[in-house]
Amino acid sequence: MLLKVKINGENKVLKIAAGERLLDLLRREGYFSVKEGCRQGNCGACVVLLDGRPVNSCMVFAARCEGREIITTEGLGTPAHPHPLQEAFVNAGAVQCGYCTPGMILSSQALLAENPAPSVEEIKTALDGNLCRCTGYVKIIKAIQDAAKMHRGG
Amino acid sequence: MRQKCTVGDRCFCDNLCNLWIALLGNMRMAKVPKFHTVGKAEWKVDGLALATGRAQFTADFEMRDLLHARLLYSPHAHALIKKIDTSRAEKLAGVRAILTWKDLPRVIHTTAGQGAPEPSPYDTFLLDNKVRFVGDRVCAVAADSPEIADEAISLINVEYEVLPAVLDPSKAMRPGAPVIHDEKEARVLIHTPFNPARNQAAGVNVRIGDVGKGIAEADFVFDNEYETHYAQHCPIETHVVITYLDESGRLVIRTSTQVPFHVRRIVARVLGIPVSSVRVIKPRIGGGFGAKQEVLLEGICAALTLKTGKPVKLAYLRAEEFISSRTRHPQRIRLRSGVRKNGDITSLDLRVLMNTGAYGAHALTVICNTGSKTLPLVHCPNIAFSGDSVYTNLPVGGAYRGYGATQGYAALGIQIDEMARAIGMDPVEFYRRNHIRAGETSPVFRALGEGKAGVEMVIGTCGLDECLKRGAREIGWGRKRGKPGAGPVKRGIGMVCLMQGSSIPEVDMGAATIKMNDDGSFNLLVGATDLGTGSDTVLAQIAAEVLSVPLKNIIVYSSDTDMTPFDVGAYASSTTYLSGMAVKKAAEQARDEILSVAAEMFYARKEDAVLVNGEVHVGGKKVSLSRIAHHSLYERNQRQIMGAASHITHKSPPPFAAHFAEVLVDTETGKVTVVKYVAAVDCGVAVNPPLAEGQCEGAVLNGISFALTEEFLFDERGRLLNPDFNYYKIFSARDLPEIKTILIPTYEPSGPYGAKSISEININGPITAISNAIFDAVGIRLRKTPFTPECVLKNLSI
Repeated sequence: MLLKVKINGENKVLKIAAGERLLDLLRREGYFSVKEGCRQGNCGACVVLLDGRPVNSCMVFAARCEGREIITTEGLGTPAHPHPLQEAFVNAGAVQCGYCTPGMILSSQALLAENPAPSVEEIKTALDGNLCRCTGYVKIIKAIQDAAKMHRGG
Repeated sequence: MRQKCTVGDRCFCDNLCNLWIALLGNMRMAKVPKFHTVGKAEWKVDGLALATGRAQFTADFEMRDLLHARLLYSPHAHALIKKIDTSRAEKLAGVRAILTWKDLPRVIHTTAGQGAPEPSPYDTFLLDNKVRFVGDRVCAVAADSPEIADEAISLINVEYEVLPAVLDPSKAMRPGAPVIHDEKEARVLIHTPFNPARNQAAGVNVRIGDVGKGIAEADFVFDNEYETHYAQHCPIETHVVITYLDESGRLVIRTSTQVPFHVRRIVARVLGIPVSSVRVIKPRIGGGFGAKQEVLLEGICAALTLKTGKPVKLAYLRAEEFISSRTRHPQRIRLRSGVRKNGDITSLDLRVLMNTGAYGAHALTVICNTGSKTLPLVHCPNIAFSGDSVYTNLPVGGAYRGYGATQGYAALGIQIDEMARAIGMDPVEFYRRNHIRAGETSPVFRALGEGKAGVEMVIGTCGLDECLKRGAREIGWGRKRGKPGAGPVKRGIGMVCLMQGSSIPEVDMGAATIKMNDDGSFNLLVGATDLGTGSDTVLAQIAAEVLSVPLKNIIVYSSDTDMTPFDVGAYASSTTYLSGMAVKKAAEQARDEILSVAAEMFYARKEDAVLVNGEVHVGGKKVSLSRIAHHSLYERNQRQIMGAASHITHKSPPPFAAHFAEVLVDTETGKVTVVKYVAAVDCGVAVNPPLAEGQCEGAVLNGISFALTEEFLFDERGRLLNPDFNYYKIFSARDLPEIKTILIPTYEPSGPYGAKSISEININGPITAISNAIFDAVGIRLRKTPFTPECVLKNLSI
C-alpha cells in the first residue's frame, strides 16, 4: 500500500503495511526523534503534529495520514539553527534525559500556535499527555513561558 | 572507635582540625571561590542534540539484518518447568533462534550492577528450569520482525508443575514456607547472612550502645510500624539493548545502562567469554533512576547474537518494564525510640523486614542503606539496627533512587514528628537541636557499609541549619502550622530533614583521560555514565575550570568500554563527587603539561608559567592554548599533551536537605493534594545550578507521586494487575504542585570545587513530609504508603 504524505515540508510516497502505526512508519523512515515509550497512547513520547495538532503517533494508523502533513521535532530546527522552543528548553534546563523532549516540544508548539500567551494552568493542561520522569516539569513549564515571551517580543 | 565529637555548647573535641572544619562547615559559606564555569548555568552539552531530536538513543541506530527478540514469561508465581515444546515456533518462517534453559550455560550470578565481588547474592541464571514470580523468564526468541517474534512466543507450549508460593514477606521466613531458592549453586561471595533455605536473601544486625538503657532513660517511648510499597522507576525509555558481532567477531553491546563496565564483566562471565571479547557502548539514555543499574537484558540478547551471528535488538514493552524489570523494595519497619522531655533522643531501634521479591538484587545493600543513610542524621547514643531481606514470589527489587533511605525516612521522619509533638517542641527546633554537624561523626558510619563494615568519617560540611531556616521561611512554617481551617477541606504542613551520601567510600572508582587537540580543544573521556542526569556537562565544566577554557572546548565522550577508562557507573550519588575528582586530576595533569610546553617555547622555567583565561603567561609574554598545542604536536620535542587519573574516596560526604510540604486533605473524598513543596538542599557547590535544581525537582515529584498514587496491585496469585500508565498513575504536568528548590551552598573540601551530591536525596522527603502534613491537617497518622483517598478515608473514620 502506498501513502502520500508530507513530512517536515517534504512530499513523500511511502510503502506501508496494513495496520502499521504511524510511530513505526516514521521510525522506519529515519525520524528517530519520534520515541516509543508505551505504544498505548499514555506517555506522549511519540507525539507528532498531524495537520498541526499533536497526536500520539502510536495510536494513529499510518494509512489514516493520506494527504496529510506531519511535523516531527527534526522538522522544527537543527542543532545549528534550533527553533526558539528547542533553545528555550535547553536554556531553562528543561532537558534531562531528553527522551520525552521531542514530544513535549511538539505539544508546546501546538499550544503556542493556538495560544501565544498561555497561563501556567493552560500549559499544564496542554502537557497532560506528555509524561516526564526526570524533570518534575518545573523547568519545562518555565521553558514554554520563556519561549512564549520571546515570541511576543518580551 | 572515635567518639562523637561536637562543638559549640555541648562538648569540645580534642581534634583541632575537626574543630576548624566544624566552624567552617556549619556556616553557610559566604565565600565560595570565584570560578569561570563551575557554578554557572551552562547549557547541557547534549542539550540541543536532544531538543532537536538528533541525539541517538539505543534504539535509534539502524542495522542491516537486525533480528528482534521477545521473551516468554511465567504466568505462575512459583513453578517447575516440566517441558517446553518449541517445535511449532521453530517452524514459523522468520524465526531465527529460540533459547530455553537447556541451551545456555548454567552460570549463577546476580543481575545487580555492582562492583566485584558483588554484595548481592548469586541466585540467578539467564534462564532456569524453575520460575519464581509471575514475569520470570522462560525462553527467548529472535525473529525477523517483532510481530514474528510475538507469534513465535504464542506458539511455545510450556508444561509447569505449579508450586506453593510465598506472597507475604512476613511469612517468608516461617518454618515450612516454600523454599524459593533451592538451587544448589545459590551463594554469597562475601561474608554476610544468607539462608536461602529460610528465604533469607540478606540480613543485617548492628548495635551501638545499649538501646534498653536508652529506653529506660527516656521520658517518652514510641513503638510503631511503618510500611512502604512497591514502585517502578518508569523511565520513559524502557530497557533496550542491541547486540552484534563486529568485523573481528567481538561482541558489541549497545545498551541503555547505568553500569557499562559491570555489564561487560557480568555478561562475559555468564556467557563464558573473555572480557576482552566484549565491548559495551552506552549511547544517550532515556532515564534510569536505578532500574538500569541492573544487567537485565544484555546477557540473553548477546546469547541470541552468539547463536545466530546476527545483530539482535531486545526492548521491553511498557508492561514488561513493570512486570519483569526491577522495583523499589517494599519494607516493613518497626521503629522503637526513646526521647527525653528536653529533646534528647536516647534510643533508636530500627528493625526492617524487606521484600526483595524472587531474586536478591541489591538485597543486602538496600537494607544497609535504610540504616546507614538515616540513623547518622540525629544524635543518639544507643542504636540498634537489624533486619532481613526475604525472598517472595513477587517482582524483584532493585536499585531505585534513594536506595533504602527513602524507606528508612518514612519511619524515622514520621516518628521524629511524633516525638517532637509529644514533648511539645516544634519539629524544626527538634531537628536543629539534634542533627549531626560538621566536625562530628556518627558511629553508624563505621558500623554500616555496603556489604561490609563502613568507613569512619567526620562530616566536612553541613548546611542543614540554613536549609531549615530558609525552607521554613519559604513555606510559611510559623504562620501556617496547626491551622487546618474550617470546612471539609483541611490544610496542613509537615517537614522532614534528610541526608544521603556521595559515592561508596573505598569501593567506588572513577577514571578519566583527557588529551589536547591542535586548536586548543580537549577530548575528555570518562567511564562515568550520563543517563540524562547531565553528568557529561558537569564533568566537562570541571575540566574547563581546570584548563581555563570555555565549555565548548571540551568534547566529552562517556561510557564506552573500548574507549574510555573505567568507572563503576552512575549510582550511589557518585558521579559529580567521585568521577568529577578523577576529571579534575586528569585535567590538572594536562594543565601541568601545557605549562611545561609553554615554558619550553620561551626558554623559561615551568614555575614561572601560569594559565589564565585560556592563555599561558610566561616570561612577560602571553601564548594561546592553540599555539601551545600546535607546538607540542608539530614543532619541537613533540608529544601529546594529556592526562589520565583515577579517583577513590575515603569518605562519602552527605548532602543534607530540609523538606516542607503543604497539603490539602479533603475529608469527604479522602483526596490529598500537595499545594506547595519546598526543598532546601545543601549539595555543596552546585557545579551547574539549573541541572542541580532539575535533579531535585524530578526527585521530589517522583517522591510525591510515589507517596500518593503509584501502587502495584496484585491478585491472589501474585499477578500484577496494573502494568501500564493507565492504571499505574505517575504524576503528569497537571498534577504538579508548586515546587520550590533552594540550593544552600557549602564548600566540601574533599569534592571537586566543593561539590557533594544531589541526585538521590530529594526523593526521600515526600512520603514523610506529606504524612506529617496530613497529621497537621486532620490529626491522623499515616504510617503505610501510599496515601490514597481510600487509605485516608479509612483512617479518618477510625
